[in-house]
Amino acid sequence: MLHPSEILETQKMIREQNLDIRTITLGISLRDCSRASADESCRLIYDKICRLGEKLVPTADEIAAQYGIPIINKRVSVTPIALIAESSGAEDYTPFAQALDRAAATLGIDFIGGLSALVHKGYTRGDEKLIASLPGALAATERVCSSVNVATTRAGINMDAVKQMGHIIKDTAALTADRDGIGCAKLVVFANVPEDNPFMAGAFHGIGEPECVINVGVSGPGVVQSALKGVHGEPFGIVSETIKKAAFKITRMGQLVAREASARLGVPFGIVDLSLAPTPARGDSVAHILEEMGLERTGTHGTTAALALLNDAVKKGGAMASSYVGGLSGAFIPVSEDAGMIHAVETGALSIEKLEAMTCVCSVGLDMIAVPGDTPASILSGIIADETAIGVINNKTTAVRIIPAPGKKVGDYVEFGGLLGSAPVMKLSDFGNHEFIQRGGRIPAPLNALRN
Amino acid sequence: MKAFITVIGKDKVGIIAHIANALADLEVNILDINQTVMDDTFTMIMMADVSLCTVPFSELTARMDKAGRALGMSVQIQHEDIFNSMHRL
Repeated sequence: MLHPSEILETQKMIREQNLDIRTITLGISLRDCSRASADESCRLIYDKICRLGEKLVPTADEIAAQYGIPIINKRVSVTPIALIAESSGAEDYTPFAQALDRAAATLGIDFIGGLSALVHKGYTRGDEKLIASLPGALAATERVCSSVNVATTRAGINMDAVKQMGHIIKDTAALTADRDGIGCAKLVVFANVPEDNPFMAGAFHGIGEPECVINVGVSGPGVVQSALKGVHGEPFGIVSETIKKAAFKITRMGQLVAREASARLGVPFGIVDLSLAPTPARGDSVAHILEEMGLERTGTHGTTAALALLNDAVKKGGAMASSYVGGLSGAFIPVSEDAGMIHAVETGALSIEKLEAMTCVCSVGLDMIAVPGDTPASILSGIIADETAIGVINNKTTAVRIIPAPGKKVGDYVEFGGLLGSAPVMKLSDFGNHEFIQRGGRIPAPLNALRN
Repeated sequence: MKAFITVIGKDKVGIIAHIANALADLEVNILDINQTVMDDTFTMIMMADVSLCTVPFSELTARMDKAGRALGMSVQIQHEDIFNSMHRL
């Protein structure tokens, strides 16, 4: 029999350290829903998601009850809509977003991802229309999440798209100005986007994926932090070992739930995402893990090294615990969704420049950052360009989810509520980059793309 | 299917009897019991076979929760695989 201390350890993780399954995400291919008529296509999209996703929420609830582990979010990701809507003559893709929104409401899920386009090397007509539709579509829907991949290591950076996304983000904020620009919280600009990411807002069902698939994201910053409390003052080898063991245990939960959900839904198991995903709740912060290592506040010198160690140890521990690892798989450092990150910004310890450095050693990028509402589009594009350059050169995923909060200045707050949390508005550089962004074109793929 | 039932709370008379009765009513067979009292806190872990249980698992969970509340204690029932997967290779 298991030792009682093992049983109690698991229960403590769940009850006191916020261990949970962050999301079970059902990936659904919509490639058979493309039609010349937008109305018919939207109807097929709605019907297919509702049919395949019908049992998602009840099954997840059943698993949660049986194993006694909370499953926080049940979500759906779909094929990038730019690919599906392109055959229709529609100019505005908002109705497609609304079809996704209705399907999400019917299934009882909080987010559906896939209002997406992949434009790292250039636009098709469908990509152009989808991106142009984003501000309106994000304002007209509640649960739809959107992503645009503007760069890959193999293709380089599409600077036309980078330039345009600066404007799209500004427009999205303006159309949701009554809610602090919340539309931007559902819009991610990526480099090297993964096709099997279960986490929102960047989830979509990639074109190399099967008809339907289960991907699972776990979460347990509190478990890691708590484990580190037990090795106070010890050298880094022991810190790393401790994180690996905690990550192994956390990931085994994800693997169990993913396998179980896959069997019960009759859908293949895709991957477990090893990311440490924080929430605004107390004891569920990645920043607090870094501070547990001995940093007075996240953002001080040493933060990047601490995060690099954390990210690497989580992967090492998690990789052995799951038969298939994928998605983003790295520590998330969203500002608004992490109590420790918010506090670090509030106290002046953490600047956007330090955040950018931190994104070099973890996933996923500059995430959930509020900036002044009067930030020019070219500055937003500059931020995206910098972040995608980090991803492209380092062969990793990076992303930007930034909110130019309408009417807000540095030091003000934006409030999104729920998992999206709240964030202090951060200071950006006072110097311009207009001419740089205006150039357009493509930044060529780096030398390290030539690997054949 | 085997499950672990964890009972935690302030020690008092009749906890094991009360929980065991509630399980017996539902045809749940207790396979093993481990129990300690530390600083007046009662902790009991039971392994039980629930394959012949007369109600669905969700109902069993609800009944055990109710049995626990009657004693002012926390009662959790979980499929054994969550512990096996976390602590055994």
